[in-house]
Amino acid sequence: MSGENITLTPLPRPSWQLPVLVVVLGVIWLLLWRQLQNLADWLTYQVIGLLPHTRLGESVNFFIYDVPKILMLLTGMIFLVTIVRSFFSPERTRAALGGRREGVGNVMAAGLGVLTPFCSCSAVPLFIGFVESGIPLGVTFSFLIATPVVNEIALAMLFGLFGWQVAAIYLFSGLTIAIIGGLLIGRLQPERYVEEFVWQTKVGQAAGLNAYQPTWDDRIRDAGRSTKEIVGKVWLYVVIGIAIGAGIHGYVPENFLASIMGSDAWWSVPAAVILGIPLYSNAAGVIPIVYALMEKGAALGTVLAFMMSVVALSLPEILILKRVIKIRLILIFISIVAVAIIFTGYLFNLVMG
Amino acid sequence: MLKIKVLGPGCANCKRLEQMTRREAEKLGVDADIEKVTDYGQIMGYGVMSTPGLVINEQVVAAGRIPSSQEIISWLTAIPN
Repeated sequence: MSGENITLTPLPRPSWQLPVLVVVLGVIWLLLWRQLQNLADWLTYQVIGLLPHTRLGESVNFFIYDVPKILMLLTGMIFLVTIVRSFFSPERTRAALGGRREGVGNVMAAGLGVLTPFCSCSAVPLFIGFVESGIPLGVTFSFLIATPVVNEIALAMLFGLFGWQVAAIYLFSGLTIAIIGGLLIGRLQPERYVEEFVWQTKVGQAAGLNAYQPTWDDRIRDAGRSTKEIVGKVWLYVVIGIAIGAGIHGYVPENFLASIMGSDAWWSVPAAVILGIPLYSNAAGVIPIVYALMEKGAALGTVLAFMMSVVALSLPEILILKRVIKIRLILIFISIVAVAIIFTGYLFNLVMG
Repeated sequence: MLKIKVLGPGCANCKRLEQMTRREAEKLGVDADIEKVTDYGQIMGYGVMSTPGLVINEQVVAAGRIPSSQEIISWLTAIPN
C-alpha cells in the first residue's frame, strides 16, 4: 500500500433546487397521467376524426393511449426504483446475509435481490464475495434468482397495463420462486459444482468504500441518469410492442386465442416458458403484445409464465456464471427456475381460470 | 505519478469509467498510469464486489457505480504531483 490517503468525502453541496424540481415534475406527471385517456380519445376521435367502435379507431386509440402511458410509467418507476436502490449496495447486502441460516437467509436474500442495485456483469464478483463470507450457496442462489425474476421494467409495465393486482402477484410469485429455488439448490450439495479457484479467492477489505454517503442530490442525479439511459434503451421496443398490440386489439377477434393460450390448453404454459428463454432484451416490447393477447382469451397464468421466462431466464446472463460454477449447476439452476415458473403459471390458471 | 486501476471484467460501464478517467487525467495533465484489471481474483482482492471499481494508488475510491467527472477530478487532484 503506497500513496497518501485520498479524501473521499464529497464536497457538501446542500441544495433545495433538485428536490423541488423532482416534486414539481412529479405533480405534472400525475396531472398528465390522469388526463391520458381523455387526451387519447380527443386525439383519435376529434383531431384524427376516426369513429369509435371501429377496428381502426380502437387500434389507434389503444396506441395513442398506451405509448405515453407506458413510457411515463417506466420513467417514473425506474426513477423511484433507482432512488430506493441507492440505499442498498452488494457490499452491505453481503454483510446483512453473513451468518444467516438457510430459510431465513433465503427469504432475506430474495428480498435483497430485488432491492440491491446489481448489474449482471457483477454476477461473478458478487458470487465469489458471497461464497467467501460463508453465505450458504442456496442463499446466494435465492439472491441470484430474485434479481432477474423480479424485473422493475416488467413490474412497471404490468402495473400500467394489467393493474396493481397482477403486478403484486408477479412480485410475490417472483420472490417465492427465488426462495424455493434457493432452498432446493441448497439441498443438492451444490458445493461440488463450484470451481476450485472460488474457494481460494480472498476478498480484501475495501478501506474507505463505506465512506461513500451519497447526498439526496447525488441520488437524484444518479436516478435521473439511469432513467434516461434505460428508457433510452427500451422506448423503441415499447413503441413497436404497443403497435403490434394495438393491431391485435383492433383486428383479432375476441376469444380467438382461447383454444391455444387459454387455461384449458395444458401445454400452453410450458410452451410459453420455453419460448420465453431466448427472448430477452425485448421484454419491454413483449409485454404490450402479451397484454393484447390476453384480451383475446389467453390465460393470465400462461401470460405471467411467459413474461417471467422472458425476463428471468436469459441465457447470456446465466452463462456468465460459467466462470464460477460448473455447467451441471447452471443446468440445474435453469431447470429449477423453469419448473417453478411453469408451476406458477398453472397455479394462476387454476385459481383465476 | 498516480497509479490508477479500473476494475471490471469488460462490461460497458467499466469501459466508460476507463475512458472518463483517461480523459480527465489528460485534461488535468496529471501524470497517471492507468491500468485495466479484468482478473476476478485481483478485483476481489480490493474487496470490490460490484463493478466497475476505481482504485487510485491502491485505494478504492468508488465501486459499483460510475462516478461523476467532478468526483474523478477531485480524486485526481487530491494528491499533489
